[in-house]
Formats: sequence, C-alpha cells, structure tokens
Amino acid sequence: MTTSPSPAAQAEGPATDRAPSRLSARGLTLAYDDHTVVDGLDADIVEGTITCVIGPNGCGKSTMLRALGRLMRPKSGVVELDGRDIHRVPTREVAQVLGVLPQQPVAPDGLTVADLVARGRHPSQRWYRQWSGDDHQAVSRALAQTGLLELADTPIQELSGGQRQRAWISMVLAQGTDLLLLDEPTTFLDLVHQVDVLDLVQELHRQGGRTIVMVLHDLNLAARYADTVITMREGRVVASGSPAEVLTPELLRKAFDLEAVVTEDPVTGGPLIVPVGRSTGAV
Amino acid sequence: MTSTLTPTDGRERALARLALRYRVLRLGPVALPWRPRFVLAGAVTTLVMAVLVWLNLMIGETVLTPGQVWAHIIGTDYEHYFTLWRVRMPRVVVGLLAGAALAAAGAVTQTIMRNPLASPDLLGVTHGASAGVVAVLAFGGSYGIVSGTTASFGIPAVALVSGLASGLLCYALARRGGIDGYRLLLVGVGMSAVLMNITLWMLTLGEVTDTGRAMVWIAGSLTMRTWTNALPTALALAVLLPLALVAARTLDTLSYSDDVARGLGLPLERARTSMLVLAVLLAAFGTSAAGPILFVSLACPQIALRLARAPRPPVLLSALVGATLTCGADLIARNLLTNIQLPVGVVTGCLGALYLIYLLVRGNRKAQA
Repeated sequence: MTTSPSPAAQAEGPATDRAPSRLSARGLTLAYDDHTVVDGLDADIVEGTITCVIGPNGCGKSTMLRALGRLMRPKSGVVELDGRDIHRVPTREVAQVLGVLPQQPVAPDGLTVADLVARGRHPSQRWYRQWSGDDHQAVSRALAQTGLLELADTPIQELSGGQRQRAWISMVLAQGTDLLLLDEPTTFLDLVHQVDVLDLVQELHRQGGRTIVMVLHDLNLAARYADTVITMREGRVVASGSPAEVLTPELLRKAFDLEAVVTEDPVTGGPLIVPVGRSTGAV
Repeated sequence: MTSTLTPTDGRERALARLALRYRVLRLGPVALPWRPRFVLAGAVTTLVMAVLVWLNLMIGETVLTPGQVWAHIIGTDYEHYFTLWRVRMPRVVVGLLAGAALAAAGAVTQTIMRNPLASPDLLGVTHGASAGVVAVLAFGGSYGIVSGTTASFGIPAVALVSGLASGLLCYALARRGGIDGYRLLLVGVGMSAVLMNITLWMLTLGEVTDTGRAMVWIAGSLTMRTWTNALPTALALAVLLPLALVAARTLDTLSYSDDVARGLGLPLERARTSMLVLAVLLAAFGTSAAGPILFVSLACPQIALRLARAPRPPVLLSALVGATLTCGADLIARNLLTNIQLPVGVVTGCLGALYLIYLLVRGNRKAQA
C-alpha cells in the first residue's frame, strides 16, 4: 500500500541507456597509503539483481564496496557508473543515483530517527530549498518501508541494534536511488534481526527493482538472498556467479580454506553450507 | 468518536506528527525548515542581550538613567555625549562583535571536528595572534611605533595577520592527502603549546611597561576600545555569517562520519577545508578586536546547542549567545571591583570554566544513570 515502485530521484536522474551492467570495476587497485588491499579487480554489477560479496576477513570486500560507492579513490583502474568514470561525475549527481550505507556509520548525538532519515535528502536539496513536498514524501515513505514510522521521534541512541540498522537503511532509501550499496548491514545483529534486515532488502529489491550490492559474512544468508555471489580472497575475485555455481566445496576451500559439505537448503532448494573445519591442503 | 487503536491509526498519527515537525517557511523559490524553537531561543537571547547592552550603557563611573541613555541614542541629549558615544558604546559594540565572531567560529569548529571540546584556540589562531601581538609590543619599541592611532589599528592588524598565518600553518601541517579532524586537533594542540611558550619567553625579554600592556591584551580586554576596533570585525561578520548560514546544510552533513557524508554527495575535502577557513577567519577577526576572550568560542556553541535542542551547534544562535555572554561578562568585569577593571577574558574564563565543569559532571551523571 505504501509501495511506489519508482524512487523519487529516478525521474530527475541522468538519462541512462539501461545497459545490463550499471556499475562495474575495471582493473581496480585499491590501497590505504602503501598497503595494497585490492589488486587488479574486475567486477560487474548487473541491473536489477542482488549481489553479495563474500570472502574471509581482510580480503578487501569492504574496500571494494567503498570504491564502488566512490568513497575512496582507486590507485589505478576505474569504477564506471552507467558507463562513466564515477570520479568524473559530480559527487552530488552520483548521490542521486547511488546510495551507500558504509560500515558502522556515525550520526551526531541527540538525533531522532526522522532527522536521520531526512538527512538522506541532502543530495536533492539546495541551500535555498532545504525542504520540499518531495522530501517529506520520500522521508515518510522510507520510514514506512522500514516500519519505523511510529519511532520517528525516538532518539537514535534509544533504538535497539536492529532498529538502528533499519533507521540507517531508511536514510539511504530516502535518498531515492535505485542502486544501493550496503556494507555488512547485518553486523552485530542476532539471527532473527539479520533475517529481518535481509528480508527488508529483498522486499526493496522486489518492489522497486532496485539493484543492490551487499557485503555479507554469513555464507548461508548470502546463498539465500543473492542472485549473484562474488567471492574474494586477498584482493582478487576468486569466483563470481549464481550461489549454486560459486558456493561449492572446491571454491570454499580455495577462498576460505574451509572444508565444508554443501547440501540442499530444505527451505529454498539452494545451497546450504555445513562447515567441517579448516582445510589443511594447500590452495 | 470512538478511538480504536488500529495500526493504521498509529500510522496516520505518526504521519501527522511528521508533517507537523517538518513545517516549511516558504518565500518564492526559497523554502527553509521552520523551527519554532530556534526562533524562540533567538528571541529570548536577543532580549537578554538588549537588556545587558542597556545596563552596560547606564552603569559606570557616571550612572545614567535608562531615559538618559535613550535620549543620547536618539540625539536629544548631549550632556554625557563623550561617556556614552566615545567610551561606553564602542566598548559594548566591540564586545558584542568579538563575542559573536568567536562563538560562531567555535560553532563551526565543533561541527567539523565533531567534538564539543574543540575550539578555534586549537586551530592555532588565538595563540598565533597572541604571539604576534606580544612580539610587536615587546620588541616594537616602547610606545614608539605602536602608540596613538597605530596602537588601536596596528595591534588588531598584527593580531589578524599572525592569527591567520598560524591557522594556515596548522592546516598545512595537518594536511596529508586530505584533512582529518583528529590530526588537525593534535597538530593544533601542539602548535598552541609551542606558540604559548614563545609568547611567555618574549614576555620575559621585553620591558616591564610594554609586557604589562601585552599581558592585558592576552587576557582579552575591552578597555579603551574605539570605533576603529569595531569596523573590521563588523565587516567580517557581515560577510562571514551569511556564508555560514548558507553552508548550514553542509555543516549538518559534515557532522556525520566521513563515509556517510561522502555517500550523501558532499565533496568532503572541499567542504571541510572551506568551513575550516571560515572558522579561522571568524576567530582571527574576533581575536583581533579584543584579544583572545577565553571560553566564549568553547562554551557558547554548547549553550546554543542546548537552547535550540539541535543536533549540532547552530551558528547564528551561537553568535547571539556569544555576543550576550561577552556583554554580560564585561558588565561584571567593569563593575565588580570598584577601583580595578578586570579584563573581560578573566570573567568569561571563570564563567566558562564553571560551565565546563557543570557539563562534565552532568555528562558523568547521565552516563551513570
């Protein structure tokens, strides 16, 4: 009933020729100072799909997501958004097409949920036009979608972990973009709340046809929610494809040094990973 | 009407509440959020300020009645013309301007540093200005080159230039591929310590009479302020405050963590640098008019924040609070001791320290509760 499939900014966003790949990385090398984290990576994010990025700790998956969301500049290589180098497009214009939820975002103290979500309207506002009907609609819709309407006046500090995560997702939603990058949206949440958040993400994908890229830790959740899984190790893509193609015992050994049995998920029929232990064989 | 609490009911009410909270002030193409609490806080502060200004104009060696002050202002009475227009009025105006500039600088600084204890003192500005002024007063020849008009115009100019220079130096030292608030704070603290010690060292070298005057300046004093002191700061405020207001959205977004701000399409480095330059300019002009008036830039933004219940220190309200506090502090400084005029910085320092302790104690209690 609250679902309006086209996000607000879509109409005024730059005209795109709807290439199957909205966002892609070509020969991406990323480094913090002299420490190279991602080395010569290629990736394509297909329009209208959910992509999950998985990999062991420190494999550079969050770093890659930051680069895809132009939060950091690549040392070499290029990230293309709708066929243009993302760092050559004005950052505000990017923000009208692409929403990013970074890992562990921080808001100032004393903010209410509504204030936080309203911040998501920043890209479409000007100093002389700080609040319009569009803004109001986008914010109330984003609050309704995440089920936070009743908590709109609650200070962020008083929210539970799951609610807080939904509030942040709500802020990115209010931005009204059809591309969403979420860096570990389920960290610090118990399983029920992880599923809650991921169900919400899936709903956003289904209702609005949004393209979503997530970094996830839990392989089984990735298997369940992703259309495409990108597996990374030591700054490179080990495998990329559908969950069934990628989440195989051989590839898990190669990417995670994990010995695992892959069976059929009794709920979805997709792959279900049951870990056995650390594999001892060489990669 | 029977009220049955259905989910839709709660939804409707939540939506209505939301609509009420985000009311808009519309003026042609301009649409700004309407915040009654800001307006109320601003009105009350302005009222308090007006009363304090009036008291400042009335009280002193010659006590005037409110009616007499009014008669002088509208120009029907000239009996105390000199006292009012040449002594008290410039002093009050310089105090208001300096307080406003310092507090506004504090509000901007605390927002970009995301730290309620940050102040322009930590951007190197005030200590740089002090060092410059002391250098000129101590070595510039006693009463030779800096006397008369030069003293009232030259010293503020020196303060402005040396304050800006050390602010820029801080920025250059802290810059490494971009400005990081935390690194800037550390560099600022280090710079301030170095400059303060240089200042002290110069004070031991100079002639006693000259260093005496320098000490008064360092403490932040409004004594002997003339219209010449007011003009540069007034002009600076007239340009810089509107800029800060236009940048309100940028400041709002800067108070979030870096990646959130970048994700929202804020050109982070450019935004932070320009806001920093704004803060340094405000602080330098504020300091040049009356010396480093302690704690105004630290405490006033926090007072304004609490008055407005805002998520970050509001610039305009901070400026109003700064002007009011400085005005009130000067009233105390001039009249507390009958034969000694305290530098206003001593009073704001005491008030600010008390306030800071109060904040820390209260914060502690809240954490324990």
